[in-house]
Amino acid sequence: MIRAPTSWLVYGSFALGLLFAILPLPAAVAPMRPFLLAMLMAYWSMEVPNKIGIGSAFIVGLLADLVTATLLGEHAFRLVVLVFLVQRFRARLRFFPLWQQALAVGLLLGNDQVLVVIIHWLSGAASLPWLSMLSPVLAMLLWPWLYVLLDMARLRARER
Amino acid sequence: MASYGGRVGHRPAESALAALPLLFYLALSATLIGFDQRDGIGAGVRARFAVIIEPMWWLAGLPARTTRALHENISLHGSLIDDNRLLRHELEVSAARIHRLNAVADENARLRALLGGMRGYQLEVHLVEILDVDLDPYRQRWVLNAGRDDGVLPGQVLIDSGGVLGQVIEVGKHRATALLVTDPDHAVPVQVARSGLRAIAYGTGEGNHLLLPNIPQSADLRVGDQLLTSGIGGRFPAGFPVGVITRLQPDKMRLFVVADAAPAAHLDRGSEVLLVHNLPEAMDVGPPAAKARAVPGAEP
Repeated sequence: MIRAPTSWLVYGSFALGLLFAILPLPAAVAPMRPFLLAMLMAYWSMEVPNKIGIGSAFIVGLLADLVTATLLGEHAFRLVVLVFLVQRFRARLRFFPLWQQALAVGLLLGNDQVLVVIIHWLSGAASLPWLSMLSPVLAMLLWPWLYVLLDMARLRARER
Repeated sequence: MASYGGRVGHRPAESALAALPLLFYLALSATLIGFDQRDGIGAGVRARFAVIIEPMWWLAGLPARTTRALHENISLHGSLIDDNRLLRHELEVSAARIHRLNAVADENARLRALLGGMRGYQLEVHLVEILDVDLDPYRQRWVLNAGRDDGVLPGQVLIDSGGVLGQVIEVGKHRATALLVTDPDHAVPVQVARSGLRAIAYGTGEGNHLLLPNIPQSADLRVGDQLLTSGIGGRFPAGFPVGVITRLQPDKMRLFVVADAAPAAHLDRGSEVLLVHNLPEAMDVGPPAAKARAVPGAEP
């Protein structure tokens, strides 16, 4: 059963994820920006699957589309696929050691990049700069930290 | 979605049921993508949800704005004096130039009037602040800190001290989105300053690269040539610098020449840009004879 503090944590983290998506970075690193929103989505759908599912992925994705001014539905599509995959392999993902989990997240986000390439190709938008291929790698390196951080935040929220 | 199915469950009926919501949401987002791509419903939806979006943009721009403000406050007295001296010097030089240009412009206007053309030289500009926000990294767009309430309209042209930056595409109540010349969706009619050759400069999605395809091999074009807006199409006023030719090469069929150009504007997000108000009477529609016929827009 999910408690109120945790649900605030969920919303808050998504709001931060949205903000991170548009936070100005130096032009050299901007293409490598890790898709933090997807990582958060993966974490929450893994840990509180009765609350965060494909439906919430769709809604958060639409919000991301609005905020980053992409094609409406682009982020939604990507997040829906990601959450579906996480749910599918949830039992295994949850009990992986952290490094293995990070590897899996890297793969999931790599798959996400492939989706972006396909969507861009179909909609006639620009191809991605090659640097964006490093974004899943960065996400993979960040995952353990994010995981531990969110776990600690959840523990705190529960103790209160 | 066969490739995402992974391993098939033990009970096929159950796994098919589990995939139902997935299929539903995927179909929904794909439909949305299709509609937005075809009819551009995104702009309308974004305008409706501006209440959510604009605070997000404001928040995301906050760190950059604070650091800039801090920098301005902390910068040393000495450097301010230096800046001041430099700027004053530049101002004097530009003022002298403008006086000379005014005379030329007057003369030009008289000659145009004799020819019966309607090329206007009235330009009204105002300064607009750029909100430091990264939108989708694969499209070249900026958010402007001014909207409908400040008189911004879709189609207005953005310039800076270097040249043409882009144009306004979406206008919210207090914010507007601008498409840069380097966006792959953008095209601007240009003219080579030296030879008068006309072409269209397309964006490429890379920050410092424009593309001019389909130039005849016999055309008079060299590396280093300056490109100006030609004013054809009526969207961009004529005579603003767009870029400089950096490379010429034959296209794949070896029938035409493809030229690369570097944009003249400073696309590294200076804090303020100029928004050009194109006065309707004074709108520049290319050659004088174009008064009667409507020129189809060359912009996207």
